[in-house]
Amino acid sequence: MPGMRDIKRKINSVKNTQKITKAMKMVSAAKMRKAQDAMNAAKPYARKLTELVNSIGSRVSKEMHPFLQPKEEVKSIGVIVVSSDRGLCGAFNNNIIKTFSNFVKQQSDKQIKVITVGRKIDDYVRKRKYNILDSYITFGGRVRYDDAVAIGEKVNEYFISDEIDELYLIYNEFKSIVYQTPKVIKLLPVSLEEGTEMDAVDYLFEPNPASLIKEILPKFLNFNIFSVLLESTAGEHGARMAAMDNATRNAGEFIRKLTLTYNKARQAAITKEILDIVNGAEALK
Amino acid sequence: MAEKLRLELVSPEKQLLSIDVDEVVAPGVEGEFGVLPGHTAFLTALRIGELIYKVNGKEEYVAIEKGFFEVSNDKVTVLAEGAELGREIDLEEAIRRKLEAEKALEQMRHEDEIKFRKAEAQLRRELLRVSVAEKYKK
Repeated sequence: MPGMRDIKRKINSVKNTQKITKAMKMVSAAKMRKAQDAMNAAKPYARKLTELVNSIGSRVSKEMHPFLQPKEEVKSIGVIVVSSDRGLCGAFNNNIIKTFSNFVKQQSDKQIKVITVGRKIDDYVRKRKYNILDSYITFGGRVRYDDAVAIGEKVNEYFISDEIDELYLIYNEFKSIVYQTPKVIKLLPVSLEEGTEMDAVDYLFEPNPASLIKEILPKFLNFNIFSVLLESTAGEHGARMAAMDNATRNAGEFIRKLTLTYNKARQAAITKEILDIVNGAEALK
Repeated sequence: MAEKLRLELVSPEKQLLSIDVDEVVAPGVEGEFGVLPGHTAFLTALRIGELIYKVNGKEEYVAIEKGFFEVSNDKVTVLAEGAELGREIDLEEAIRRKLEAEKALEQMRHEDEIKFRKAEAQLRRELLRVSVAEKYKK
């Protein structure tokens, strides 16, 4: 049986860990709330933009813009993979990595070019020597629209210059605070919703649908990236919060067990001492 | 009561306005235009410029950084890539940022074309912020 002092030391160390995990949980909760607010704030824009894209898109032919036109031969695929910078957030990053490697397996006949967002996925991809086009780190908690624009403009170039023929995005979808699922979506070429003609308003376009679509599609791409970044950030904090909550509870359980052992050891020591005294007294008789 | 227009102004980061107004004047790519209630369905792109809306005879100003403008059924939706309400811009800070942008542009003059363009666009944005903020100083 370990000595009492050792157990005491162990309890203290676990208690300290518990304090840390508890604090991290609170911080994540606050950060998540902020991220969630940002996510909700972006929703009206998302709704309107999608409406507009579909409305204009239904009026132009697919030849109007390269984003609308599937390439004849798909040789290389661009993937934007979004992870977090830091660990301690449960299966958040592992899920992304798993999804990514499955994706690569499925598309093994094509050349994969990766754009990483977040240090965790970047480490993984680099170690395995994939072809990396760009690496970004996640944006310090708060996602700004400009960050998304920077990524969007780059991939726009890649797509136009045939560096990539299709563009996918892998990220964690924010289903609820404690539940995130990895998701793969196709960004380019843009697929428009068909058959929304019913409530289509007959707009007066200025300058004309063709030049409007040229303006709006890159924006649509930027915004899609932006909203994914927002979702992933909210998800990251949610996942970390859940992980830290678990850790705090585990630490509590561990402390309870250790305290029990400690008490047992303490009792054993007392019993032993009494026995010694009794024995000593017996011997003197 | 006279008819009103519903003005919704949204940027990717938040919804800025959702109010009833009498008139909207916006900076379209092909020139400034005004919209009154009863306007036909209309869709256009916006350039960097100021958006003016009138409520009960009072004019309010918004700095708009490109975007799209849609009117249908007396509902005006402005999708701005960036937008700032005039009354929320701090004039002194705006002027300071404008001076910085001017300096940056001067430096970029000798750099490559793309950087120069970017600096130029930045300066245009800052100039706009100043001019919009000034309207509230008087």
